[in-house]
Amino acid sequence: MTAIPTTPGSRGLLAPRLVWGLALSLAAALWLWGQTLAPFAFDYPKAWQIPAARWIGGFITWLVKEAAIGPLAFSDVTRFLAWLIDLPYRAVLSLLATGMLSGEGSSAVQLWPPLPWLAVIGLFALIGLFAGGLPLALTVSACMGFVAVFGQWQSAMVTLASIIVAVPIGVLGGLLLGILAWRVPLVDRLLKPLLDLMQTMPVFAYLVPILILFGFGPTAAIVATLIYAMPPMTRITTLALQRVPSEIHDLGRMVGCTPRQMTWRVLVPAAREPLMVGVNQVIMLSLNMVIIASMIGAGGLGFDVLNALRRLDFGAGIEAGFAIVALAIALDRLSQALARRARGALPQGGALQRHPYLAAALALVAVTWVLGLILPAIQTYPEAARLSTSPFWAAAVEWINLTFFDTLEAIKNAILIGILVPVKRFMLSLPWVAVVALLGLAGWRLGGWRLAALTAALSFLIAATGQWEKAMITVYLCGVSTLIAMAIGLPIGIAVANRDRAWTITRLVIDTLQTLPSFVYLMPVVMLFRVGDFTAMIAVVAYAVVAAIRYTALGLQGVDPRLIEAGRAMGCTDWQILTRIRLRLALPEILLGLNQTIMFALSMLVITALVGTRDLGQDVYIALTKANPGNGLVAGLAIACIAIIADRLIHAAAETQRARLGLSGHAP
Amino acid sequence: MTETEAKLVCRNVWKVFGARAADTFASLGQDPSPDRLLAAGLVPAVRAVDLAVRDGEIFVIMGLSGSGKSTLVRCLSRLVEPTAGEILFNGRNLLAASEAEMIDIRRHKMGMVFQHFALLPHLTVLENVAFPLDVQSIPRARREARAREMIALVGLAGRENSYPRQLSGGQQQRVGIARSLAVEPELWFLDEPFSALDPLIRRELQDEFIRLQSALRKTIVFITHDFDEAIRLADRIAIMKDGVIEQIGTPEELVLHPATDYVREFTRAVPKSKAVRVASLMVADPPPPDAPAVPDRATVAEAGRAFLAGAEVLAVTDRQGRRIGSLRREDVIRLVLGGAG
Repeated sequence: MTAIPTTPGSRGLLAPRLVWGLALSLAAALWLWGQTLAPFAFDYPKAWQIPAARWIGGFITWLVKEAAIGPLAFSDVTRFLAWLIDLPYRAVLSLLATGMLSGEGSSAVQLWPPLPWLAVIGLFALIGLFAGGLPLALTVSACMGFVAVFGQWQSAMVTLASIIVAVPIGVLGGLLLGILAWRVPLVDRLLKPLLDLMQTMPVFAYLVPILILFGFGPTAAIVATLIYAMPPMTRITTLALQRVPSEIHDLGRMVGCTPRQMTWRVLVPAAREPLMVGVNQVIMLSLNMVIIASMIGAGGLGFDVLNALRRLDFGAGIEAGFAIVALAIALDRLSQALARRARGALPQGGALQRHPYLAAALALVAVTWVLGLILPAIQTYPEAARLSTSPFWAAAVEWINLTFFDTLEAIKNAILIGILVPVKRFMLSLPWVAVVALLGLAGWRLGGWRLAALTAALSFLIAATGQWEKAMITVYLCGVSTLIAMAIGLPIGIAVANRDRAWTITRLVIDTLQTLPSFVYLMPVVMLFRVGDFTAMIAVVAYAVVAAIRYTALGLQGVDPRLIEAGRAMGCTDWQILTRIRLRLALPEILLGLNQTIMFALSMLVITALVGTRDLGQDVYIALTKANPGNGLVAGLAIACIAIIADRLIHAAAETQRARLGLSGHAP
Repeated sequence: MTETEAKLVCRNVWKVFGARAADTFASLGQDPSPDRLLAAGLVPAVRAVDLAVRDGEIFVIMGLSGSGKSTLVRCLSRLVEPTAGEILFNGRNLLAASEAEMIDIRRHKMGMVFQHFALLPHLTVLENVAFPLDVQSIPRARREARAREMIALVGLAGRENSYPRQLSGGQQQRVGIARSLAVEPELWFLDEPFSALDPLIRRELQDEFIRLQSALRKTIVFITHDFDEAIRLADRIAIMKDGVIEQIGTPEELVLHPATDYVREFTRAVPKSKAVRVASLMVADPPPPDAPAVPDRATVAEAGRAFLAGAEVLAVTDRQGRRIGSLRREDVIRLVLGGAG
């Protein structure tokens, strides 16, 4: 990089290569000979440590035990919130899964049965028919039928109940916050860093404080789900409102709308399409989180998977995993179709004709419920007709493990010894002082003083809270996985970018992969490679490669075809066109893909703590099992710091590239 | 013209953009130059505009993009808050009105048509047209009756239950027009209403607009960047450049007596025969008795077709049909070929 147009002043005088050369040699010198001269540069001295974990732990204890506004204790507030969430949850749960119960625990008597399984499938099909016609209705019925046939119905309904309660709260909360942020710039400014943090903070980190504040159980799980799923809705709302054409604002004011009419009758409906994308996001993120939150008592399919993982009962785990996939696909397709649904002409006539779907749904529920009282097979899917593939999967895994044990073990060991271990050793031997300084330098080169201050400060905080070693393990695992994901994703992206059919198929696959809760990825790799860094790496790569493929393909497709034509006219070979024109111009987009890949990798990495890594994720997870909020949050914040550093640096790099190529017009 | 017969009057209206625009602007004194404004960190969009729109006339504000015409028309309804000046609507200063009063005035006295239609995508044609009445809480039956009337007026009867995206651009703008007329506004703003349409549809809607106005006789402020459209529709035109009104006049005045070089540049490419009216070109000689008659308000281009039949002289008639002079063939030829005027 020779010239950076947007950066001011004296930097032009220093040749950039010289600066980097100097900085890197200094860092190398420190690394090689500094160990004895300046040991503090390698191990952050304990005496200087910021006891952040203790502070946070103390704060939360205070919050639970003592905090109060007048007579109203903080714990009363949380209890009230819990009650508020619990109420609809119980209602939905009894409707879908348990039925109306009287009495407590195992002595409870069912007064009234839950919705028959046929009714639920029928309702899914009706919504499918309403939103996307017959093909969609068949798809979602097949998905839900799959869940019933393979005996996952009860768990799936528990999971579904959490989602049905969490999604409306998440959508409404996100919408209101987004509107507030859009109206009041100050709120927007305050909210932005908070949302950044909420989205980069690993989910386990806030499971602990939630566990302490709300206790173990589905309510706590729903609160965690809301924290996880609301930020995107808030962001999308603010963005969507900002993008409503100014003429629509003018129209609203010209016809004399009051501020309330303006918001609810003009702007929000005009932004309906992007808002529905937000709703889809909330649904999918809720599903993802409800699965993870099974650790703090969400129950349902997530609990089944978790339980199976713990027992190493792969057959049961895979079955529950497939049920999650089926549920995810059904929910995703439905909400996407609802978002896209074009309204036709309004039907005329009486209430029945105007609301045919509602009428059909009510009729269906009434009929199946009554029939269910007579025929038990309509009420609950008959046990005898259940298929269990569990033994089959268990046998298959065993067969693979027996037959290919040596091969798999050889691959695993080769990669471990050849790549993972050396990289890990190298990363751990780096002096933190040098890393902080180099990150600061990178921030300065790419985005000026502010970015330099941010990257240096955040990385210093990681060292100062005594988490350097764990953070380096996180960075090493994430880094290696990201590189491998990019190494796989880039060629695939290049290969499919300009082939319509291949791209259509690839997109279908990666779209589906992306809707899957991250938990699902753990199952197969654990079965084949057992626990450890290598397993974690494979799971992370599998999860993150989707982003690499998508952004590469989109970037290449976005290249101006006239430039390719010009290249061809100049007699470039295909290879030259790819390397000299298309990849160069797609670079900003590919950098954003790299960014997404890293974010995906980090979020997956935390989950892989379940399979025994030794990084920050493991700290968070251990804190969760010990209910130690301080440690968990501090480790979580450290991961968020890593994510924010990577995100800001790469965005700055992409921006610089974009400016150099004169593409700044179409910033995403 | 006295201001009493004017519906809408602007006196020394300014709009400047920038941080703390109003205070900074006030500190610069009367009529600051653009350079001083820029030096103070302010970007002028509208500068010292004076104009008066008469009751029942089509007043066109014409300018290229960036001339400030869209900002000016938004100042007139206070969608954009002017930095300084007075805007009198029916003799009352709008800038002194409270927000509630402005809502009331916009609800009942003003209508606006937008360049990109600004139809609400989630409402049907009927609901879109009824929307201004809906926000006033007018009962459904009454507002829908009124909306149906307006939809019929713009020739879209039968499409009431369609959604905007099911309509062509021209049809969408008809909906926009119907909606702006639903409240029976006294003052009708049209912000480049036909610019987003292709030429044939544009022409069709211009004709439609002329037909509507001949029946409705609204007071109209019409924004355009198209000079041909301006002379076709306008009673009077204001030409804007860099936030300043260069000249206000009838199409004929602009073409025959441009006040500045900019206006001259602009009007040079326009065929004079399309702007000049017969009354300006005629001579007072009594016409021969068999000469075909043309009205004095017609443009020369419209009148000129009568010469094709072979006449040397046309008889010019006033509104009452009296013969008041003659239009000679050679004068028309001189005008068209660029000699006269």
